[in-house]
Amino acid sequence: MASTEFLAQYLPILIFIAIASVVAGAAVFLSLVVAKQKPDPEKLSAYECGFDAFDDARHKFDVRFYLVAILFIIFDLEVAFLFPWAVTLGKIGMFGFWSMVCFLGVLTVGFIYEWKKGALDWE
Amino acid sequence: MLQPLAFYLFSLVTLLSATFVITAKNPVHSVLFLILAFFNAAGLFVLLGAEFVAMILVIVYVGAVAVLFLFVVMMLDTGFAELRKGALQYVPIGLVIGGVLLAELIFIYSAWEFAPSITNNIASPVTAESNTVSLGLLLYTDYVYAFQIAGLILLVAMIGAIVLTHRQRSGVRRQKIKEQNTRKRDDAMEVVKVTTGKGV
Repeated sequence: MASTEFLAQYLPILIFIAIASVVAGAAVFLSLVVAKQKPDPEKLSAYECGFDAFDDARHKFDVRFYLVAILFIIFDLEVAFLFPWAVTLGKIGMFGFWSMVCFLGVLTVGFIYEWKKGALDWE
Repeated sequence: MLQPLAFYLFSLVTLLSATFVITAKNPVHSVLFLILAFFNAAGLFVLLGAEFVAMILVIVYVGAVAVLFLFVVMMLDTGFAELRKGALQYVPIGLVIGGVLLAELIFIYSAWEFAPSITNNIASPVTAESNTVSLGLLLYTDYVYAFQIAGLILLVAMIGAIVLTHRQRSGVRRQKIKEQNTRKRDDAMEVVKVTTGKGV
């Protein structure tokens, strides 16, 4: 466990989580207990702006969404590596600086490939 | 008092939601329970003092990986009832394989002897700097090869994803900025003298 002074900084977040879960839980629980429950097929069916639901929500959808999500994750990780580098830049010296530049260069190669290949185009 | 309470709460919710990930009937619910497990694991990391890891867990795993999992689940076009049909006949062989793996793990763990010098490898708690700073001091200098390999793995993932999923579609209108900008008036229109009564 970390020191108490450190964790005390996170106390407001813990209190926030506690209050949020109490409020959310109360909303669900009270509506379950207080409200009158008289379900029938019409009430339980999906409501879609007054007309019957056309189809199931499970459609095969375009693999390009998946490609965009993967590319997003990769650049997300790249940025995640930048944070510790940025706060220690004064101490790790030129070597640390250039090691990050190499890392960014490798990923820039991938970025140029992706740009030239047209993976980001969405006609 | 509050710290052990938070620890047990986070671990309890992590374990429960991890159990629901594999027992939930609907894969979408499984993914949502997985997200809950990630959040609670982040809470456990904060209790350990590993702030940076906790926040990265929230940003990368909750923000990106879970979304990717949802995409994959959404891409399963077959009905979920269909997927589960006939799954029961695989239960005996699944139990056998799981039992063998469990037995192996138990044998390995009971036969394992730790070297006496292992205590030197136990990480000492970081006190002076914050978590992010101590990571930064090591990652870019002492562990530079691992760091560069991480970059190469990301590059391979990027190129692999593009090669596997990207295909050029024919008959698609795209912007060709150079051609559009260098277009002259003569390329696009023609002035025709029309004599009266003849038409073009």
